[in-house]
Amino acid sequence: MTAVAAVSTFFYRRQTLAVYLLLVPPLLWFGTVYLGSLFALLAQSFYSIDEFTATIVRKLTLKTYVQLFTQPANLDIVVRTGTMAIAVTIAAAVVAFPIANYMARYARGRMKAFFYVAVMLPMWTSYLVKVYAWRLILAKEGILNWFLTAFGLDGVLEALLRAPGIGGPSLASSYLGMFIVFVYMWLPYMILPIAAALERVPGSLLSASADLGATPAQTFWRVTLPLALPGVAAGSIFTFSLTLGDYIIPSVVGAPGYFIGMMVYQQQGTAGNIPLAAAFSVVPILLITIYLMLARRAGAFDAL
Amino acid sequence: MNAAIEFRDVHRAFGAIVAVDRVSFAIEPGEFFSMLGPSGSGKTTCLRLIAGFELPDAGVVRLGGVDVSATPPYERNVNTVFQDYALFPHMTVLDNVTYGLRVRRVPAADCRRRGEEMLALVKLADAGARRPAQLSGGQKQRVALARALINQPQVLLLDEPLGALDLKLREEMQIELRNLQRRLGITFVYVTHDQGEALSMSDRVAVFNRGRIEQLDSPQSLYTRPRTAFVARFVGGANVIDEKYAVRAEHIEVAGAGAGAPDGAVRVEGTIIDTQYQGAVRRWQVRTDDDQMITATRPEGAATPGGHDTSREPGTRVALSWSRTHMIPLAAD
Repeated sequence: MTAVAAVSTFFYRRQTLAVYLLLVPPLLWFGTVYLGSLFALLAQSFYSIDEFTATIVRKLTLKTYVQLFTQPANLDIVVRTGTMAIAVTIAAAVVAFPIANYMARYARGRMKAFFYVAVMLPMWTSYLVKVYAWRLILAKEGILNWFLTAFGLDGVLEALLRAPGIGGPSLASSYLGMFIVFVYMWLPYMILPIAAALERVPGSLLSASADLGATPAQTFWRVTLPLALPGVAAGSIFTFSLTLGDYIIPSVVGAPGYFIGMMVYQQQGTAGNIPLAAAFSVVPILLITIYLMLARRAGAFDAL
Repeated sequence: MNAAIEFRDVHRAFGAIVAVDRVSFAIEPGEFFSMLGPSGSGKTTCLRLIAGFELPDAGVVRLGGVDVSATPPYERNVNTVFQDYALFPHMTVLDNVTYGLRVRRVPAADCRRRGEEMLALVKLADAGARRPAQLSGGQKQRVALARALINQPQVLLLDEPLGALDLKLREEMQIELRNLQRRLGITFVYVTHDQGEALSMSDRVAVFNRGRIEQLDSPQSLYTRPRTAFVARFVGGANVIDEKYAVRAEHIEVAGAGAGAPDGAVRVEGTIIDTQYQGAVRRWQVRTDDDQMITATRPEGAATPGGHDTSREPGTRVALSWSRTHMIPLAAD
């Protein structure tokens, strides 16, 4: 028996030991680099800043959270970001579902490969390039405006832009434009998990539903959608948290109102208020936790 | 009276592969009808054509005299028990069973009552609140049956429903299905590749091969009077001699080399290739001198004519003979 074989046999007979030895290095990495730094950040949110010296007071306090949730400006940012995240998630799910369904149920062979590559392709190009490209597309002199004018739809756009809240001088400087860019940006993160969930639904379940008298619409609402919900939930966690945390899109496209990501960026950078930045970072975690609890209660994970 | 199901020159191809090749047949109301064949023979496509999951490229499918060649499954009064049961994993057993009623907007109280009746019918009265994942294979089978029967279909389609069950359960379910069919008087169309299953349960059996029906007959006629070499081999594994006639394994006498044969018998010599003890019978594979494989069986322990030893070893020379009365002439394919 060679030395290698002897070592292999040694571990084959002590499988628990082998499992521990294999797991400890990645767990150490994960524990320190991911969770450790996250908790270090979160811990900072329980510190506060001395308003006169602008130094961090390392004493546990809820002062920063009080500041976060009582100052109207801060609360506005939380509500604005949360609303955008919800709107983007819903829109992404609505756009993604038919595409994912086609990919999982109908596309075969090369067509299927093409769709998967096409969905992932935009994820492989530079994020910044895409955001700036969208600013040009959505600008008043941009291609979208030109296109809509060519089809005589510029009146519709103008009406939309006059709408309170979502409107603005142009798409590039309105929440509507920001919403479009967010949906574009996160769509693949919604399509892929939904497609993966639909791939796992046996075709015989859909046949059985039709066989028992359900129309295609009934089959969708009663069988396809409930069974794809874990995928929708997974996708919406991506779109939701990516929107909550992003600071580039809101600073390049859209109206001047602040978003959580921008606030975190600014507070921990120029303002030097790390506790407030940390407290803002806790908000997405809280919102996602609430969202997951609601999704669970709604039965999104029953089919898992 | 109209036939429960009628196929007239039904054709269905998938690309270059012809799954169902201009098939015509009729199934009578209340019949237990089996479609038997190897995989890829077209039997499952025929079932799917009845259910409406496939539509014919050409020809006509009629249900109870009505042309349904272009009718979607949800508008056909036909229900299916699927091979993998296809129970909805996100619903309770009762919700699975009542699905067909709920999509037709039957009031909730009626759904519940009829669902519980159906569960009692398949002896699963206590399982209504459980999830499919908590059931055994046999129980899933019963739930699938209850779910398909609750709509009171004209025809129940069963797609190899017993394939995933172990032997004992399969035999019990065969008897139960047969009793259920007699009691309800519904037309059953049963797809299987297991000839034993088809023969033991059916009123009539259609034997499928390469997209066509080779023979449509009662189980007894199929076994005793196979029409083609394919049917002779597939149903009961008869010996096909020179592609012209069939002789069943139990009708072949095995004797020592050089032994004579009775008058009017056909006699060939060959070498034993393999011998198998199968409990009730012993079975020999013999390669004849003109290079045909012939299988002969004898009840184990029965006296062999001529007093020869039953446990002949491979390599032994033997003489095979069979009476001309046991030769079944076959039609060319």
